[in-house]
Amino acid sequence: MVLIFIDHADGQIKKASYEALTYGADVAKQLGTTAEALLLGTVTANLTELGKYGVAKVNQVNNEAFNTVDALVYAKAIAEAVTTLGARVVILSHSQTGKAIAPMVSAKLKAGLVTGVVSLPATGSGFVVKKAVFSGKAFANVDIKSDIKIISINPNSYKIVAGEGAAKVVQLNITPGTSAIKVTGVDKVSGEVPLTEAEIVVSGGRGLKGPENWGMVEDLAHVLHAATACSRPVADSGWRPHHEHVGQTGVQIAPNLYIAIGISGAIQHLAGVNRSKHIVVINKDPEAPFFKAADYGIVGDAFDVVPKLTEEIKKLHGG
Amino acid sequence: MKILVCISKTPDTTAKIAFKNNNTQFEETGVQWIINPYDEWYALVRAIELKEKDPSVTLHLVTVAGADADPIIRKALALGGDEAIRINTTSDDSFYIAAQIAEIAKTGSYDLILTGKETIDYNSSSVGGTIAGLLDIPFVSLAVKFELSGTTATITREIEGGEETAEVTLPVVVSCAKGVAEQRIPNMRGIMAARTKPLKVVEPAAVETLTHVVSYELPPAKAGVKLVAADNVAELVRLLHEEAKAI
Ligand SMILES: Cc1cc2nc3c(=O)[nH]c(=O)nc-3n(C[C@H](O)[C@H](O)[C@H](O)COP(=O)(O)OP(=O)(O)OC[C@H]3O[C@@H](n4cnc5c(N)ncnc54)[C@H](O)[C@@H]3O)c2cc1C
Ligand SMILES: Nc1ncnc2c1ncn2[C@@H]1O[C@H](COP(=O)(O)O)[C@@H](O)[C@H]1O
Repeated sequence: MVLIFIDHADGQIKKASYEALTYGADVAKQLGTTAEALLLGTVTANLTELGKYGVAKVNQVNNEAFNTVDALVYAKAIAEAVTTLGARVVILSHSQTGKAIAPMVSAKLKAGLVTGVVSLPATGSGFVVKKAVFSGKAFANVDIKSDIKIISINPNSYKIVAGEGAAKVVQLNITPGTSAIKVTGVDKVSGEVPLTEAEIVVSGGRGLKGPENWGMVEDLAHVLHAATACSRPVADSGWRPHHEHVGQTGVQIAPNLYIAIGISGAIQHLAGVNRSKHIVVINKDPEAPFFKAADYGIVGDAFDVVPKLTEEIKKLHGG
Repeated sequence: MKILVCISKTPDTTAKIAFKNNNTQFEETGVQWIINPYDEWYALVRAIELKEKDPSVTLHLVTVAGADADPIIRKALALGGDEAIRINTTSDDSFYIAAQIAEIAKTGSYDLILTGKETIDYNSSSVGGTIAGLLDIPFVSLAVKFELSGTTATITREIEGGEETAEVTLPVVVSCAKGVAEQRIPNMRGIMAARTKPLKVVEPAAVETLTHVVSYELPPAKAGVKLVAADNVAELVRLLHEEAKAI
């Protein structure tokens, strides 16, 4: 059985978990076995609906203690569920939550873990998954040798497919362990699309001259329902918040579309964005290295091109 | 108070990524090695700051690597720390590496274990959490702020779409990201002092490897950029809509 871990916050299931569900259901099909989901805590969503993504059964531990994530408490509960349910493959998302939990589950079960997986496993001989390495500059094919296999998939690397079906919801009786962690505050950037989940990202670099010029970047992001990002010197200068910094030493993203404005395309910047499906570069210097990594480009002044681009997209959307 | 910082060696951020022996090994020829930036800039520097504030702190560094990592570990000692331990083995399996460090941690009974957020070569974000799991102590991932008062750490960490602050009673394993500290440059005094600091080499414990890299591959090359004239932005929008189907 393939067990998919469902992550949630504020009563809502996260987008990355729908991706994990679709992926996990396909892994189960490939292995000729069933897929089930595991949810710790309480949500407002109707769990039978998860059947649409290919799971026959949702196992829930209906206990509010799990509504905040303590990696140790979570890992013990997941390990217990895996053992009780007899799961062979455990799937999580390589999100912030996944990064906290997956390695601890690996330790608890002595099960091999591969994180940042980008495609379905090859199960002909062994169980080989492809993961992004060298900050997106290469991939490694990794064989998991232990009986139980844990994988966490990179956000935006698998297409969510919703079909028909209703899942059976079953309550599991797992007691949460005592937590040594006391959460004292949560600070969410509200109203914005989270960077790692965004389908489209609009990003600005030092070419934009100063924080006062970000209005046009935000306008473009707004019409595209995109998240905003920036290069490292932009975050270091305090023009934009640090959580927007993408690259080797910042956030690594793989959106469907990445629009880079006034960014030169240094190797450390590319390392964080080169898994994007389509890259558009707007730069006034035709020699900017970013053009070599781009799919589409405009050699021009951002202050002229970006507002026009926003207008054209508004036209496309019929307004 | 005893602190252990996990240090790994990685290729320089500008290193050319290529593979040899039928794509089964990383091509190391011509590659410059550095301390993994997250380990150096954030985990190590924060630990040094804690020791500067409270000189009774014992600060140990640990790496799982062959003798070729000695210059890297000396460089780390030049920044700070009392002694280093090198566990003399290499592996591409996070569980194996974590289990080796957990063995050291058990005998050293550390109050605080710091790792980087991830290595910039394997990008696993796994070693820290696995150490904590094996020691059965709490793990706080992706810390962006770390304060210590007595045996209570106040840690702000990255969560999806924001940050969460929590208090944790030691011992704890923390993976450090940008924000925890500021990069430092080693000075001459540090470099001289590092030469005489103990670097203990220990042999690995018997641990199974659970995963194994079969091969590497490079991403397919881009077809080349399609340039659109700056006075024809509508054409870019058409291409993104009709050809790329991205908007
Ligand atoms: C160890 C290490 C790690 C690093 N990690 C990262 C990282 O994670 N992320 C990151 O981004 N960087 C990182 N860097 C820094 C990186 O090397 C570059 O310095 C940085 O990415 C450059 O940022 P930029 O492109 O915004 O600025 P610049 O390189 O200054 O480029 C500005 C660009 O804007 C263009 N421009 C100027 N005016 C206009 C205009 N009016 N219209 C259009 N275009 C214009 C210019 O032609 C130029 O190409 C790292 C460096 C090191 C050494
Ligand atoms: N070989 C190693 N020796 C010591 N510490 C390591 C080693 N590999 C990884 N680490 C630590 O674990 C962190 C996460 O690494 P990874 O799980 O490989 O992304 C790194 O930032 C280091 O602090």
